[in-house]
Order: sequence, then C-alpha cells, then structure tokens
Amino acid sequence: MIEGILIGLTTALTLQNILMVMLGCFFGTIIGMLPGLGPMTAIALMIPITYGFDPATGLILMAGVYYGAVFGGSTSSILLNAPGVPGTVATSFDGYPMAQQGKAGKALAIAAWSSFAGGTLSAIYLLFMAPSLSKVSLSFRSPDYFALMILGLTAIAAFSSKGQFLKAMMMVVLGLMLASVGQDSLSDITRFTFNNMNLTDGISFVLVVMATFAMSEALTIILKRNDPTSAAKQVSLTELGSIKINKEERTKMYKTIPRSSVIGFLIGVLPGAGATIASFLAYGMERNIVNDEEKEKFGKGSVNGLSAPETANNAACSGSFVPMLTLGIPGSGTTAVMLGALLGFGVQPGPRLYMTNPEIFWSIIMSMYIGMVILLILNLPLIPYIARILAVPKNYLIPLILFFSITGIYVMSFNNFDIYLMIGIAVVATFMRLYDFPMPPLILAFVLGGLMEENLRRSLLLSNGSWEFLWDRTLTACILLTTILIVIWHIYKTMFKNNKA
Amino acid sequence: MNINTTKVISLLFFIFSAFYLYTAYQIQVFAFDENAPFNARTFPIYLGYAGLFFSGLKLILPDPNTIKVQHKTLEYKKTAILIVIAIIYGATILKVGYFLTTSLFLFSSYYFLGERRWVLMFLLSFPFVAAFMYLLHGVLDIYLRDPFLQSIGVMG
Repeated sequence: MIEGILIGLTTALTLQNILMVMLGCFFGTIIGMLPGLGPMTAIALMIPITYGFDPATGLILMAGVYYGAVFGGSTSSILLNAPGVPGTVATSFDGYPMAQQGKAGKALAIAAWSSFAGGTLSAIYLLFMAPSLSKVSLSFRSPDYFALMILGLTAIAAFSSKGQFLKAMMMVVLGLMLASVGQDSLSDITRFTFNNMNLTDGISFVLVVMATFAMSEALTIILKRNDPTSAAKQVSLTELGSIKINKEERTKMYKTIPRSSVIGFLIGVLPGAGATIASFLAYGMERNIVNDEEKEKFGKGSVNGLSAPETANNAACSGSFVPMLTLGIPGSGTTAVMLGALLGFGVQPGPRLYMTNPEIFWSIIMSMYIGMVILLILNLPLIPYIARILAVPKNYLIPLILFFSITGIYVMSFNNFDIYLMIGIAVVATFMRLYDFPMPPLILAFVLGGLMEENLRRSLLLSNGSWEFLWDRTLTACILLTTILIVIWHIYKTMFKNNKA
Repeated sequence: MNINTTKVISLLFFIFSAFYLYTAYQIQVFAFDENAPFNARTFPIYLGYAGLFFSGLKLILPDPNTIKVQHKTLEYKKTAILIVIAIIYGATILKVGYFLTTSLFLFSSYYFLGERRWVLMFLLSFPFVAAFMYLLHGVLDIYLRDPFLQSIGVMG
C-alpha cells in the first residue's frame, strides 16, 4: 500500500495535476453554487475538455470538480436557501437560519471546515478499504457482476426519488434501451438504428449526459423562472459577517465530524445511496444524539445541525468511489458519469484497475486529499467574492450553459445530427423532470447497459441458456436476495403509506 | 375530467416499450446464432418486457404522489424559443461555420430571455466566442471548420 500511495502522490503532485485539481475545485464550486446545477452537470461540462489529457489527469480534474460542486452547493444552500445539489438540502436547514441571523460568514466557514474534515477522513477510510475490496472482488464472476448491476440499478431507483420507485425503474429501462442502440459488441449486428448511419456506433455517452443534465437543467430553469416556489429569498451577498469559529463551536464540531464522516462514508459506499441520504441520516442522527438544549436549536441555526450534513455529504462522495474503483460499478449518478468518462479513455475500472493502472487508482485517492486541502485554501478566504457569482443573471447563465453543452457535443463529432439528437433528448428529459422522473437512474443504466449485456451473455452461455446461474453461486444468490429485499421493502413502504393516507 | 399526466407518460412509455419489443424481435441475427442461448436480440427483448412491466404497473397502481405542475407559471414560450434557436443553430453550423452561428446563437438567446444591455450582450457573444474558438482551435488544436471565416480570409 505504501508503494501505491507513493505512486499516487508522484502522479497527483505533478504541477499539471495540482493545477487540474485547483481548476476543478474552482469551477466545480462555481457551477455547484448555481441553484439547479449539480456535480453531474459540472462533470458533464468538463468531459470534452478531459479528453485532451491522460486518464489520470482527466479523472483528477473531474474529482476536483465533484468536490468543488458539492462544496459550492452548500454555499447556495446557506445564502439563498436554494440548494445547488440535493446533497446539500439538509445543509440549508440550519445554514440558512444562521445566515439570516447575520452569521452567513460563520455558517460558510463551518460548512467549509466540516466538508474538509469529512472529505479528509473518508479519503483515509477509502485508502484502507479500496485495495482490500479490490482483492476480494477479483473472485467475482460474470453472474456476480450481473447480479451486482441489478442491485445497483434497483438501489439507485429505490433511493433516487421518494415514493417514485416505479418511475425510477422506468428510467432505468429507458437508459438500458438507449444503451442498446448501435452495433452489438459481439456480432456487430446493428440494432435500433433504423438505417441511420449516425446511430451505428450507438448514442454517445457524453451526449446523453449533456442532454439529460446540462441542457435539460438549463431548460428547466427557464421553464420555472416564474414559479413562486422556486424563487429564492436572498441574504445580503455583500455583508457575510465574520468567518471566525469560536471555541465552543469548535468543540461541538469535534464531536459531530467523526461520527458523521463514518455514516457518510458507509452510505456513500452503498450502491444507489449517496450524498443526499447520507446528509439526511447524519442530520437525523445528530439530532437524536445531542442534548435537549442543543436539540431545540435544530432548524434555527445549530452548529451541529450544519456540521453533520456537510461532513456526511463530502464523506459520501469519497465513499461512492469505492464501488466504482473496485468493482467497476458506480454507486451514484455522478460516479456513473465518471465511469463513462473512464471508459472513454479506454480504461476499464474494476478489481484489475488496482494492478493494471495503479497510477490512476492511487492518484485519484491521493488527489481527493489534495482536493480537500485546495478547497479549504481556495474557498475559505475567497468565500465573500465567490458568493457574488450567485448574482449572475440567468439571462446570461442559461445561454452559456447551452453553448457549452452544444459545443461539447459538436467538437466531438462535427455532426449536426448529434445536436438534434441532444435537443430531442433534452426536451423529453425536461418534460419528464417536471413530473419527477429522476435522471440519475437513466445515466447509471446507460453506462452499465453494455457491461450488463456482456455479463448476462457470458453467464447464459456458460450455463447453456439456463437461468440457474442466478442461484448457483452463494454470492450471486446473496446479492439478488438483497435486491429482492429492497424491492419488497419499497412495496411495503408504498402500501403502508397508501393505507395511512 | 382531470387526466393524471404521470399516467399519460406511463402509457406513452408502455407504447414505446411495445414498439421497442416489436423492433427487438425484428433484429436480424446470423442463422447459426438463431437458437443460441444468447444473441443480439436477447437482451433487447428482455428490456422490452421490462419496460412493459414497469410502465404497466405504473398505469394500473394508484399514484399516491401525484405531481401537480402549475402550467400557468411555466415559461413555455421562452423555452420553446430557445429550443428553436438551438435547432436553427444545428441546421446552420456546418454551412455557415462555428464563429458566426455560435455568436448569433448566444446573442439571440440573451435577447429572447429579455436582456437589453447591448454592449454586454455583444461582449458575451462575438468576442467571447472568438476567444473560446482560439482556445479550441489555437491552443487545444481542435479543428473547427468555418466557411464564413474562410471566406473572409481570417482562417486558412
């Protein structure tokens, strides 16, 4: 492991890669700060740029963007009560009341330190957990992978949208359907191309991500600009107050941070869970743990209430890298985007990544830590200035997002068919978003579609067409049993809710 | 009668899945692959059935979380204009070139979104695209075909 850490440090500490982490954190913070634009949009916008770099550098840039976007999301939660990302919704519960009391600077500083501590601790957990899990996952066979992908897709559907399991499953199927367009990987037979040559190679991953996130988010912002429920009440962006944290507040944070980082990391590792669930759980847990006097302050500007979700959402970000790096199966929509980008580089994540591309594996882990340090150095003193970006008028912001999305696709293919296809998918995605059809399951399914078909093919061929492979191996059966339990739990929950209603 | 739009979307998805399934059965596979345990049409067929299953369930089960969209507050007109501008952009980019189409796309988008600060609108379109194009073409070495700039002799 020491050797690996040194390889990672050597790669991550090159001038170019440090610069990439810095740029990533900076742009991520800015994009994540803008309400409606989350880490997936931020990373999607970066993908065309990363193709000019080697895989390690590209991934380091994206990891920086990811952390920056999550941190940026908390800034808009605190200042505008408009979370930039779902993972920072819980941050606004106590962050915004604190800002309303004239302590916006302090709230931002608590968020920054908690994010830093949560990210740092979880990077350490990742350091120890990822290599061991990589070794274990080497024993995985095609049926296990197939079952794991079913579990991942079911879990993301179960957790992505409250009470919308069937909608999320429909999006999973739609993502898999989109992934099936183009040539079959083994026989080269074209499928669902309708004799259109532009579809022979399938639909580009970047196109789907840009359309369902960047472009459709921009269209949704325009569509809802007069919606009174989405209008944000503003805290003064010029007078944020002091960013100093006193001794009493520090003592509270010392207790909250370690427990929230553990819960955040563990939730992040689970497929489909992630920063949103982690932050809510950490908030709830913290509320139950603290004394009655402190409990009263929750929702009114509690330090514990702000520190817990901020620590947990950053810890969950690192945790979500575990299944992606060790199993090649992303645990969240954001890591699915990163997995797609890695595949674009020709790098196959999974247990062998640890051995075949140790520089990528370790440099990502090391760059996470460097990213945390840079986020703190960059963001803490610059908070009052960065916060002013929130005042950028949407009349300029939206066309620029559309411009970056379309240009990102155009420079990859120089083909206007891709632009039309992107507009078409974006319009459908915008409409579906209005009715709460979640997009992350679609992206995860689109990324996993090819791998899933490949593993199902291998499993069915090895078992001579019999579906017994699903319960032949204990591991496969256990994974599928977990999937079934998730589905049953959701059906039970929905029925219970209906009966109550 | 109040129609639940989520149910309508589910119905559309059901029809789409049926069409997908029909098309999956039409996929031509090699003769020797026809009876193989897995061929090019196997996975799509399962997906088609999965689509029918989930959308069918959504259609028949009660919807406890009905989403009510306030259509009156939505900016359909401006959104539609932006989409049309993007389609026009797609239709002209190959013929006219990156610089002019992208600049006009940005300028017109600012305008239709209600912006009237002409200088800022200009600066954030023509010079902005020129700088971005220089970054792509000049620094990152990504070739951008531009008949317009070629015709006026700016680009070789």
